[in-house]
Amino acid sequence: MAQATMNPFDAAPKGPNAFAQITDNVARVAELEKPPRGWYIAFGIALSLLTVFGVSVGWLFWTGIGVFGNMNPVFWAMPIVNFVFWVGIGHAGTLISAILYLLRQNWRTAINRFAEAMTIFAVICAGIFPGLHVGRPWLPYWMFPVPNQMNMWPQFRSPLEWDIFAVGTYFTVSTLFWYMGMIPDFGTFRDRSTSKWRRLAYGALAMGWRGSSRQWHRYERAYLILAALATPLVLSVHSVVSFDFATAQLPGWHATIFPPYFVAGAIFGGFAMVVTLAVPARQFFGLKRIITVAHLELMAKIILATGMMVGYAYSMEFFVAWYSGSDYEMFTFVNRAFGPYAWSYWTMIACNVISPQVFWSKKMRTNPWVILLVGVLVNIGMWFERFVIVITSLSRDFLPSSWGYYKPTLWDFSILAGSFGLFFTLFLLFCRYLPMVAMAEVKAFHPSAHAHGDDDHH
Amino acid sequence: MSDEHKADEPVSTQTGPLHGILAEYETPTALVNACKRVRDAGFKKWDTYTPFPVHGIDRAMGIQMTSLPWLVLVAALLGLGTAISFQWWTNAVDYKFISSGKPMWSIPANVPIYFELTVLFSAFAALFGMLALNNLPHPSHPLDHKKHFGKVTDDRFFLYIEAEDEKFERDSVQALLEETHPASLEEVPEDHSTPAELPRKFVYALIILGGASLIPFGVFAKMRASKNVEPRIHAIGDMDWQAKFQAQQPNPLFPNGMAMRAPEPGTVAAGEPVDDDHFATGKTEGQFARTFPAAFKIDDAAMARGKQRFEIFCAPCHGQSGAGDGMVAQRASELAQGTWVPPTNLGLEYLQKMPVGQLYDAISNGVRNMPAYGPQISPEDRWAIVLYLRALQKSKGAPVTDLNPTERAALK
Repeated sequence: MAQATMNPFDAAPKGPNAFAQITDNVARVAELEKPPRGWYIAFGIALSLLTVFGVSVGWLFWTGIGVFGNMNPVFWAMPIVNFVFWVGIGHAGTLISAILYLLRQNWRTAINRFAEAMTIFAVICAGIFPGLHVGRPWLPYWMFPVPNQMNMWPQFRSPLEWDIFAVGTYFTVSTLFWYMGMIPDFGTFRDRSTSKWRRLAYGALAMGWRGSSRQWHRYERAYLILAALATPLVLSVHSVVSFDFATAQLPGWHATIFPPYFVAGAIFGGFAMVVTLAVPARQFFGLKRIITVAHLELMAKIILATGMMVGYAYSMEFFVAWYSGSDYEMFTFVNRAFGPYAWSYWTMIACNVISPQVFWSKKMRTNPWVILLVGVLVNIGMWFERFVIVITSLSRDFLPSSWGYYKPTLWDFSILAGSFGLFFTLFLLFCRYLPMVAMAEVKAFHPSAHAHGDDDHH
Repeated sequence: MSDEHKADEPVSTQTGPLHGILAEYETPTALVNACKRVRDAGFKKWDTYTPFPVHGIDRAMGIQMTSLPWLVLVAALLGLGTAISFQWWTNAVDYKFISSGKPMWSIPANVPIYFELTVLFSAFAALFGMLALNNLPHPSHPLDHKKHFGKVTDDRFFLYIEAEDEKFERDSVQALLEETHPASLEEVPEDHSTPAELPRKFVYALIILGGASLIPFGVFAKMRASKNVEPRIHAIGDMDWQAKFQAQQPNPLFPNGMAMRAPEPGTVAAGEPVDDDHFATGKTEGQFARTFPAAFKIDDAAMARGKQRFEIFCAPCHGQSGAGDGMVAQRASELAQGTWVPPTNLGLEYLQKMPVGQLYDAISNGVRNMPAYGPQISPEDRWAIVLYLRALQKSKGAPVTDLNPTERAALK
């Protein structure tokens, strides 16, 4: 994988006015009188799905969680599957913005901004589900340590409470990181704006940023610190989510491999979502010279690598189940692959393990539409992975007399589809109104950004 | 949006006092070279403005390392300390409860939240510390009135020396900057067009909003400090009104009209004695037994158990001494509602003479207004209560001579 491929900056604007071209390329998207037709179509679909979401949640609150398919023994069902799915999606954004920053992977500058946006919107979608599935949706504040008339406090020894703090911190830190990254770009938008209202709005967001080098110095230091903080944070979030399962004694959940397996899966699924968003976005908004095929190829390689890690985890789970000598563990895994939910298991394997293998071919991993297709398949596969973990383990545990077969209802699916509406509505608004590419960072790593000073080094 | 700034426009057009001199460059290299000269000339109040962080400019300008990392370290320790003390105080002090047999307080079980709060506090410190050290938000600056300075966030590089600097002299600064070959050079006047203070209306609105935002907290504080005998309002009452029959309600579906289902006659609970009538019912051959059953062992342990059970189940009405003056009885007679049947004084003579089997039967099946305690108290414990009751009755009017010398000494 170390073999040098195309330089992601090869296609970048060149010449004496390269910086202005970058600014123009990115800022134009938010300055268009009318966005491209594709945006309107996508936004229309997203809004319709958001309406579906609103109606479904309204019906859920009005009727109660009986509208879901949750049953005995599958008490944790699609709401938790969806929660883990969306939290996982977010991880690629932080990986790109923090870990690749610390690793000096400069190509990240083209994609980090909207990957971060994707993180935040995905975590918003994720955060909704625990609130929806608690049964009494007007009481989720009990999960937070709020002084109350019952004189009670949450139980901090529970992984579910760790989850509240992990996901809450993750959302907050991601938002701070995202906003800080946009401050210089808001300055650009402010200085380019032609109407009073745009100037006022972007000016307020830029907070008077004028690009002073003394400010850049502290800014870069703060950015480095936030990246260093976000790196262990992103690893901790899905680890804590996996504790929700791993600390339970249910066969199929009670596994020490869960934290790294969940984190690898999250990065895998997250990158798949990044390419799913990046391929259409660069097409619609004319960003092909900034988000190049070389960027997509690098992401395809990450998808291939993390896909293999996930495949390794799947096989290791089987090995450990056999090696444990526990009848229940062995049964659970045989049941996953050959039991009543075998269809979901093999969908997962086909999407997550087999489909990324096309990226061994250079021709495939440099074709944006193949990358998009694999990205969508991997998203489907990662959703099924969580379905397999949650549903197959719960539906057949220790006592055969308490086994059951879980069937999601129409409302389970409408809320899942609706959450995509929420995600894409937020994402499309972001594309339209905020700097979609980190202009200042792209410029800073542009070949002509290096100052070749006189030879008076001290 | 003007693409090209005209290089030949007059250098100075302002009338007011000078705020500083601005030089524009087209490449980062030109800027960095200029920086070194300005730095070496010994200026203090100057800065450069660039569209992105220019590599090497910190050294060219002589910028000192920021104290931000220390600020973040302090915040991190504060976050860690908050997480440790808050979890300890809530779970081990203020609201103790045992979960899965885990200790009330242990370091490892609380580690994830130490980590999360450390990161959270640090991240806030990193962003807001950066803003504070950078003096942001900074709404207006004299440079904002220079039209081509807007390109600073696009592709131009600027160097600005403020007139406040001790070494500032208009002509020498001009000359110094000319030598660095700027794309343009111009004087920036003091800015008097931007008001120094916020508009009055805005200030009043802020004060009113600030005051109004305190109202909810005031309401909370008042509610917390006052007592309310009304039950809590349930905004959504579906847990209060459930479509089901409850134990004491009528139910037309059953022949006796009761929702409650009584057990079949002769039903015994699991583990209850069935082959020992004396022990199970207090009767031998249909008569109340005058002796304790053989299966019940009379000893100090049984007496202590009987005392403890008596004080839980009997004393609330009958009183600790059995005189019929328990807390419930006292409260009921205070209310004087007329429906209350006072509990019996257990020291009465007829009760002293009552067979133990009959006392046992009264506890098991209830008597007059007293409900049956059989379902709640095991037969063993019922006999222990009877045993203790006998001791209580004996203690009524017992002469001092009944006590042994040591006990008598203790009484004195």
